[in-house]
Amino acid sequence: MGLEVYFTILSQPSRAVLMFLESNAIPYTRKALDLRKGENRTEDYSRINPMMKVPAISDDGFNLTESVAILKYLANKYTVADHWYPKDIRKRAKVDEYLAWHHTNTRPACASLFFNEVLLPARTKQPADTVVVQSALTQIKNALDKLETMFLKDSRFLCGDEISIADLLAICEVMQTLGTGRNVTDNHSKVKSWMERVQNQMNPFFDEVHVPINKIRQKRLQAANTSKL
Amino acid sequence: MVLTVYFDMLSQPSRSVLLFCEVNKIPYEKKVTHVGGGDNRTEEFQAINPVMRVPAIKDGDFVLSESAAILKYLAAKHNTPDHWYPKDIQKRAKVDQYVAWHHMNTRENSIRVFWTEVIIPMMRGREVDQARLERQLPALEETIDRLEQVYLKDQQFLCGDDITIADILAVPELMQLYGAGRNVTENHPKLTAWIERVKNKLQPWFDEFHTPLYKMRQKRLKGEKAKL
Repeated sequence: MGLEVYFTILSQPSRAVLMFLESNAIPYTRKALDLRKGENRTEDYSRINPMMKVPAISDDGFNLTESVAILKYLANKYTVADHWYPKDIRKRAKVDEYLAWHHTNTRPACASLFFNEVLLPARTKQPADTVVVQSALTQIKNALDKLETMFLKDSRFLCGDEISIADLLAICEVMQTLGTGRNVTDNHSKVKSWMERVQNQMNPFFDEVHVPINKIRQKRLQAANTSKL
Repeated sequence: MVLTVYFDMLSQPSRSVLLFCEVNKIPYEKKVTHVGGGDNRTEEFQAINPVMRVPAIKDGDFVLSESAAILKYLAAKHNTPDHWYPKDIQKRAKVDQYVAWHHMNTRENSIRVFWTEVIIPMMRGREVDQARLERQLPALEETIDRLEQVYLKDQQFLCGDDITIADILAVPELMQLYGAGRNVTENHPKLTAWIERVKNKLQPWFDEFHTPLYKMRQKRLKGEKAKL
């Protein structure tokens, strides 16, 4: 059986888990789920994850949901470099601190923008709700301001001078906003440099998992350019 | 090395951290940081926590915010009994799983209803926005159902048969609603029993730290009766 990973490539936390597995050469089986076809709502999957969300893992029968829990479990189980989730209790606490803050800041802001500007209009064939989109953009700016002035103030990565699981989760959220065609990081130079650093460290897996979101971005930019002509 | 805990008793995660310190006999100094009075916006506090939220701790020269991170750090530093945050990686993962889910479910949905029912009317001197409340209640109901049917399905506590940091984070959130005058446990026998179990493990500090909320509830319930 081994380690099975249930995911969808347009899910930000799914991508973070996949990148971690690939870059640490942890053997696993991919189980892609098509959410539009309701593959996360089957009885079989609800046994793995009663919340019916992605990502989830099944490790020789041990089922686990929530990307933060999954990444910590994998870092604890496999012999990975210490910087991913340091054993030193202060360094570890700083990663835990970002990860807690992430749930109520980076993640909901970025997820809301993509959902309300891309996913929902595609599903309902209605135009995006501009009030909700503006609210998401404000939340994103606030989150990026904190990344710029706090987490990345004096360090190369979010929780120190080496990459950790915090950076993987954060960057996937910011990448999701690029799928709208927008450039949310234009006024955040530290965030931009940080993104390049993470990308360089995680390639070729970074580029691989972000192909679909980049395709969506290209389509939207082309459509915007076409409508201007 | 002195541990200072910056807290506001009306802050659910603050209570979680205080309860954890008390029940594990972790020596600490209390520093009341009254959010309503703007104590979290002083320069002194910003140096501790630039995000200006409570709870936060200062352990010697080490500062940390976010209750989930604080609880895990204290468990590791003070070598608390294993059940709080087990070393076994699968048991630990189950606690991490709840704690992750907690932020945007138990905490988020409780806090939204609390703000609509208590904070916003208090701040703006207005009646409760009933339409807003009606929109928010289904998500809270769903959270409570999930707590009962998933986390508490076959076990005594959220992550197994002994109390963990998951329970100590969750119960204060539900108590906040209790303070608002809401009977969240009505028709939810599993939830009621679990809350009692958690309370019993955390006395006498549980009642001590929840006294402001008990008083709030009494006032609010009387207020309702007065209208009738």
